[in-house]
Amino acid sequence: MLHVPRFFSTAAVALFAGLATPAAQAETPPDTLIQAWSIDDVITLDPAEVFEFTASEILGNTYQGLIGYNVNDVSDIFGVIAESWEVAPDGMSMSFTIRDGMQFATGNPITVDDVVFSLTRAVKLDKSPAFILTQFGLNAENVDDMIVKTGDNSFDLKMDKAYAPTLLLYCLTATVGFIVDKQLVLEHEVDGDLGYNWLKTAYAGSGAFTIREWRANEVIVVERNDNYSGDAPPMARAIYRHIPESSTQRLLLEKGDIDIARDLGPEEIDALQNNPDIRIESGVKGSIYYLGLNQKNEFLSKPEVRQAMKYLVDYATIADTIAKGTVTVHQAFLPKGFLGALEETPFELNVEKAKELLAAAGVPDGFTVTMDTRNTPEITGMAQAIQQTMATAGINLELIPGDGQQTLTKYRARNHDIYIGRWGPDYQDPHTNADTFARNPDNSDDAASKPLAWRNAWDIPEMTAKADAAVLEKDAAARAEMYLALQREHQETSPFVIMFQEIEVLGFRDNVKGFVVGPSFNDNSFKAVTKE
Amino acid sequence: MRAPSAFLWQVTKLLATLALTFIGLLLVTFLIGRIVPVDPVLAVVGDRASQSVYDKAYIELGLDKPLYEQFWIYMTKMVTGDLGQSFLTKKDIADDILRVFPATLELATVGILIGTVLGLPLGVLAAVKKGKLADQLVRVLGLVGYSAPIFWLGLLGLLVFYAKLGWVAGPGRIDIGYEYSVTQTTGLLLIDSAMQGQWDAFRNVVSHIILPASLLGYFSMAYISRMTRSFMLNELAQEYITTARVKGVPEWRIIWIHALRNAAVPLVTVIALSYASLLEGSVLTETVFAWPGLGQYLTNSLQNADMNAVLGGTMVIGVIFVGLNLLSDLLYTLLDPRVRRRG
Repeated sequence: MLHVPRFFSTAAVALFAGLATPAAQAETPPDTLIQAWSIDDVITLDPAEVFEFTASEILGNTYQGLIGYNVNDVSDIFGVIAESWEVAPDGMSMSFTIRDGMQFATGNPITVDDVVFSLTRAVKLDKSPAFILTQFGLNAENVDDMIVKTGDNSFDLKMDKAYAPTLLLYCLTATVGFIVDKQLVLEHEVDGDLGYNWLKTAYAGSGAFTIREWRANEVIVVERNDNYSGDAPPMARAIYRHIPESSTQRLLLEKGDIDIARDLGPEEIDALQNNPDIRIESGVKGSIYYLGLNQKNEFLSKPEVRQAMKYLVDYATIADTIAKGTVTVHQAFLPKGFLGALEETPFELNVEKAKELLAAAGVPDGFTVTMDTRNTPEITGMAQAIQQTMATAGINLELIPGDGQQTLTKYRARNHDIYIGRWGPDYQDPHTNADTFARNPDNSDDAASKPLAWRNAWDIPEMTAKADAAVLEKDAAARAEMYLALQREHQETSPFVIMFQEIEVLGFRDNVKGFVVGPSFNDNSFKAVTKE
Repeated sequence: MRAPSAFLWQVTKLLATLALTFIGLLLVTFLIGRIVPVDPVLAVVGDRASQSVYDKAYIELGLDKPLYEQFWIYMTKMVTGDLGQSFLTKKDIADDILRVFPATLELATVGILIGTVLGLPLGVLAAVKKGKLADQLVRVLGLVGYSAPIFWLGLLGLLVFYAKLGWVAGPGRIDIGYEYSVTQTTGLLLIDSAMQGQWDAFRNVVSHIILPASLLGYFSMAYISRMTRSFMLNELAQEYITTARVKGVPEWRIIWIHALRNAAVPLVTVIALSYASLLEGSVLTETVFAWPGLGQYLTNSLQNADMNAVLGGTMVIGVIFVGLNLLSDLLYTLLDPRVRRRG
């Protein structure tokens, strides 16, 4: 007689079906925006240190900078905390005037002291994004003399060269230029750390929302800032939930437990296209997918081989069938939307042409090289497709999968043959990508500056000089021409097979309106989001 | 009764063994962390950092010091309870672990309860009905539990029970609507919500945990039922069972009291080991169900070469294994009179 198991199995079914009564909410609260995103890249909330996608977006909605731009036309630059600015006749400094009447979330007024403190603090802390400011000749020793208060509402920012004014203005739109509440930050200063140890997990801004909570790899909660100087956001709060798995995000979105899914893969996007409750929207981002060919490799250093490889990628097929709308074909180092971006796409899959070039390079039968491949679905998919087309011309491409840090460690040490990578601009000025793709001031192993051109051991003193000249050109049209010429030369000669520009795709519940997908992640805005 | 000195000697021996185990565990983890071809500085400063920023972080992390010195510094800090700070979360490792471990503990505990409550009787059933349909069914059920990828089962479970049938809540530990109504004191949401009389929140937590816990329970059940069957077959073939039957003892009593009581001794170890493996953190389950537990924390730390966090997590897992082993030894004493008498 076995009565006990029957009891247990009945109890188990009751536990599963009975206790677990439907407790899932039919829809999210009307005043709360809930997004599912893989937020494990957030490592700090301090504007002086933030450099990651997710945290940039959070800061874009919770802090304000001196300068902003129209996300639909980035050449339209306007003041946010700055009311006006003026370039000195010699071009070596810029004077800013601050708006009256703005305040931080604490209620403290935003003053020129806060602005000077925020910018000098970022330079003195010298964290990863600090170069965006220090490239103007600022450093911890001289910054107090270079950024100086000149009146109750004004300050000067001095530079070591007469840079194009737009370069400085765009750099000030980056998160490292966001303004922090000096009084609040200094209240938490310990041992002269400028509040760094406190602010990396706290908030001291003036944006439309305030950061209420960050639980690493779990959730980020922001709440409406009642002291915000702009229009009050319709949402009382916005919540980012860490949902790393894209299939899970899809289920949550379909069920209505989240409002926006941020990491949908091509398969999920396909599956959701015909769902009447879901709306798919996309926006072109500045990130670029490319192959970096290490010039230390005997085969890859041949100009004809570099050129041949540009004909051995099936750009259209990868964009249409593998990435399915999450990338668009783009073959120049400046992304679309940037001043002087080159939109010509001269390369397509042409095996015969590639074979001719390989023969001219003295390797008619091909060769074997490795490619370090980050093991994410989109990179792996692209790498496998490239492997196949390279094989048609006799190039045996061995993929070495690894996680992000592992492949990056090898890449930064110049120990790779080919690296398949993704590069996002740091600010909206063309110099951001020219600086890394087309400049290499010192190609020695112990160089102080290690841009992408250095990582691929591409020694280019002449192109570096051209890029340096472009950054000093003040006339926008002339500057754009300089970058166009630079990109054409780069396209033909560089060891970079630039392939695609990223398209960010988001899945929305159909009642969610007003989310702005901007060109960079700190432009993504939910300040105007409503639920109908 | 033993002499006090003998008892002290036993305790000293035990403590020395434990200390050596932990030092060995940490040393191996520490060395692996240094050997893997991942640059921990990159995790801190990111891809874009200038060489000067990189060099500064390198020194701040103490990586310029010899390996033995780095390990010594870590050990001396750990003795004082300082597990260091995570590069990723910028918080003390101890705080991080205290935050993520309750999620895993809660999930694993419900999982092991389900696994034991189902696995034990199913194993007994399979043993009693050896070779018959019930036995075959239990074995097939166990085989599926062993072989089906938990990732796939998790997604399938979500699709059926959450998306289609709506019986359970989706990923996460609790709905946003209840998140801030429960004050976390133990970190175990089932207990916290019940203690605060938040019964709606309690039901919501149950609704969230039941699916991932059932999945983990299913995997434990597969192992426990298989081992129970094996132990029970062994016991049922013993002479004392035949004697009991001859004496006319009811069959249910023979199975559930006589045989199971004896089979329970090795089963304690089986269950304890299952529980320990669930407590390590079920990475895939935690990923699919967006469960912010130890498994996800450790994986993320490992991928980003956040070695302080990895070492801290390893310590916790070590303590769990050792603790559960000690516990099963204690239970042995309670369950087996022979051990008691020897003691």
